[in-house]
Amino acid sequence: MGRKILLEHENVPGIETLEVYRKMGGYRAAEKAIKSMAPDDVTEEVKKAGLRGRGGAGFPAGMKWSFIDKKSDKPRYLVCNADESEPGTFKDRYLMEKIPHALVEGMIVSSYALGAKTSYIYIRGEYFYVLRILEKAIAEAYEAGLLGKNIFGTDYSLDLYVQIGGGAYICGEETALLESLEGKRGNPRMKPPFPAISGLYASPTVVNNVETIAAVPHIVNMSGDEYAKIGIERSTGTKLISASGHINKPGVYEIELGLPVEEFIYSDEYCGGIKDGRKLKAMIAGGSSVPILPAHLITKTANGDARLMTYESLSDGGFASGTMLGSGGFIIMDETACIVRHTWTLARFYHHESCGQCSPCREGTGWMEKVLHRIEHGHGTMKDIDLLVDISKKIEGNTICPLGDAAAWPVASAIRHFREEFEYHVLNPEKIKDPKHFEKEPFVSSVTQNA
Amino acid sequence: MAKVTIDGVEIEVPDGTTILNAARSAGGDIVPPAMCYYSKLEGSGGKCRTCLVKVTQGSTNDPRPMPKLVPSCRTNVMDGMVVENITSPQVLEARKGVVEFLLINHPLDCPICDQAGECDLQNLGFKHGAVNTRFEEERRTYEKIDIGDKIKLHMDRCILCYRCTFVADQVAEGGRCHGVINRGDHAEISTYIEKAIDSDFSGNMIDVCPVGALTDKTARFGSRVWFTKPMDAHRDCDHPKCSGKVVVWEKGDEILRVTGRKDQYNEVESFICNTCRFEKKKTSDWVIEGPRHIDRKSVVSLNHYEHLKDIKEDILKYQKQISENLNKG
Repeated sequence: MGRKILLEHENVPGIETLEVYRKMGGYRAAEKAIKSMAPDDVTEEVKKAGLRGRGGAGFPAGMKWSFIDKKSDKPRYLVCNADESEPGTFKDRYLMEKIPHALVEGMIVSSYALGAKTSYIYIRGEYFYVLRILEKAIAEAYEAGLLGKNIFGTDYSLDLYVQIGGGAYICGEETALLESLEGKRGNPRMKPPFPAISGLYASPTVVNNVETIAAVPHIVNMSGDEYAKIGIERSTGTKLISASGHINKPGVYEIELGLPVEEFIYSDEYCGGIKDGRKLKAMIAGGSSVPILPAHLITKTANGDARLMTYESLSDGGFASGTMLGSGGFIIMDETACIVRHTWTLARFYHHESCGQCSPCREGTGWMEKVLHRIEHGHGTMKDIDLLVDISKKIEGNTICPLGDAAAWPVASAIRHFREEFEYHVLNPEKIKDPKHFEKEPFVSSVTQNA
Repeated sequence: MAKVTIDGVEIEVPDGTTILNAARSAGGDIVPPAMCYYSKLEGSGGKCRTCLVKVTQGSTNDPRPMPKLVPSCRTNVMDGMVVENITSPQVLEARKGVVEFLLINHPLDCPICDQAGECDLQNLGFKHGAVNTRFEEERRTYEKIDIGDKIKLHMDRCILCYRCTFVADQVAEGGRCHGVINRGDHAEISTYIEKAIDSDFSGNMIDVCPVGALTDKTARFGSRVWFTKPMDAHRDCDHPKCSGKVVVWEKGDEILRVTGRKDQYNEVESFICNTCRFEKKKTSDWVIEGPRHIDRKSVVSLNHYEHLKDIKEDILKYQKQISENLNKG
């Protein structure tokens, strides 16, 4: 059994209530931090722990905190990004639903470290029932004196609010989230200035993912050095993985970073192998926007090492033969899946979710969707495949926010690794008429066969 | 002051200047094209991505190059910064991509568009675009909308530069009632459920529009722009914020259209009020100063004899010379 930190008490009955949560050792970290540690010490511990942002980018959290403008005379804000909208990712929902106080405590400790007097949790519109759970937890914390004025009898005061979004994917991007939180249209802002200098209401702001914030109390409890011992090298700690797709046991799993991908897919403790004993075809490691990998690159990297669930190992080989850990939305596809159909579905999603502010993303995502739709429905040409590659290249890196990249990578990587399948669609329009065309007769690629 | 090198040209500008404005201060080919940035509108820019440039050296203190292409209209110069615009194949490639993206859903109805001839997108496409389109799908279309009683919105032609919404916010008075609704490639300019804009300055959104999406209903389909004569003119406008300095576009002795005075980057020198723009259509309303300078490369210069007076004088001078020479024998 791997070590569990965040989900250690997930199955304790009543863990969603303050009483049981405190019985299980909850709010000890908040008390320890506020009563006996200076704010900068908490930041220092998080730095030592090597905790990296769990929302997708993997930026070191302690470093992000230290960028906050302390000279500014404006109030500082901590905003928790609970707008978990990446297709294939559902870990934050699980955590907030099961152990809401883990997030509330994390917010208290993190806000204290940053010197924030007001903090916000921005939660996506579809998680309406989670909003109720969180609000109940916050009300309990206020009643127990864990939030509000003079927490633990000290002069530190904190107000915590939950704000519900309208259900837009783009509001998961931190600056769009801040715009939306301010009550404006959720368009990403131009950077610089970064939120650490001018964020919410033009004040210094830190935006962190739910899982990142929930990990902070544990770091305070066990000390940063101790936390850094879990995991491998620069990938420290545990990570929640949302496993879905053609596997026997889909769900949210907490893993120690450094677990081999092969073990994660096939061991009974985690995914429990591929459904119905079929062959593995493709994997998306970190939510829909990271590059897809073909079977021969999943368990081993291009140079033959075992692939591990770490930030570094998954991105080994760059985008030519690697991917990213991202937000931990782990999707497995077996041989019955059609990569073209899958790519089209994703392109449709990004087309729908593009905010329309900058031209490459606004026009390019729609264009890619239309071309993919054509190929999937048997009206494509060989030229269309090259066209897709070209469009994705022209979007990537030229947009205001990472949504453009997120839309371009899945298309580019699918063609990079599964070009034969795209060509098959162009050459055999009759065979792909049935939407479930690969379920009866899986497509065999020469690359996988030789590997 | 900061010293910045753009395409090998060294320029010294005050701190806090953007790369685009630094390039404009030098002028010439090194100026990146801009479709959404408008120096007189706060917060504009960064959206169209046509002004992307490559920063090969961040500054003297931190010489690392910037990892991505940056929008020159929203990136401030640093001392010792080295920028590549037209000398970088990567920039030209990205710009070509942006132009293609801007054009895929554009109706290309230039033959019937009032903006043709003075359209930024036309110029941009001419300079940076491809000859053919690779877009085979159906283009998106919208219903035409009236923005107030004098302005027509052709959403099909819009490139969503957001300039007009900034005009509504910052120049026109009367609160915010003009913005963008919907998202992605369905986004459209709207006056919030078609609430008409009746501000005194709303007409300026026609001038800031880089394409033919917003047109003057009092002049629509009046004439091709290159058949009209642009003349600098002014009048004593009693609106305190209006400068009264305009360009009147004449055909014969008739004034077809009144616009602000636009500089070489197609930005107006000062905003004008709706009375001047829409209602003063008689020559007697205006004091005509003389022909407007039009860039020789522009199609508008086709029918435009800016130096007619000089030519007249020249001819007279030469006639005199010739007759004198003849007299001398």
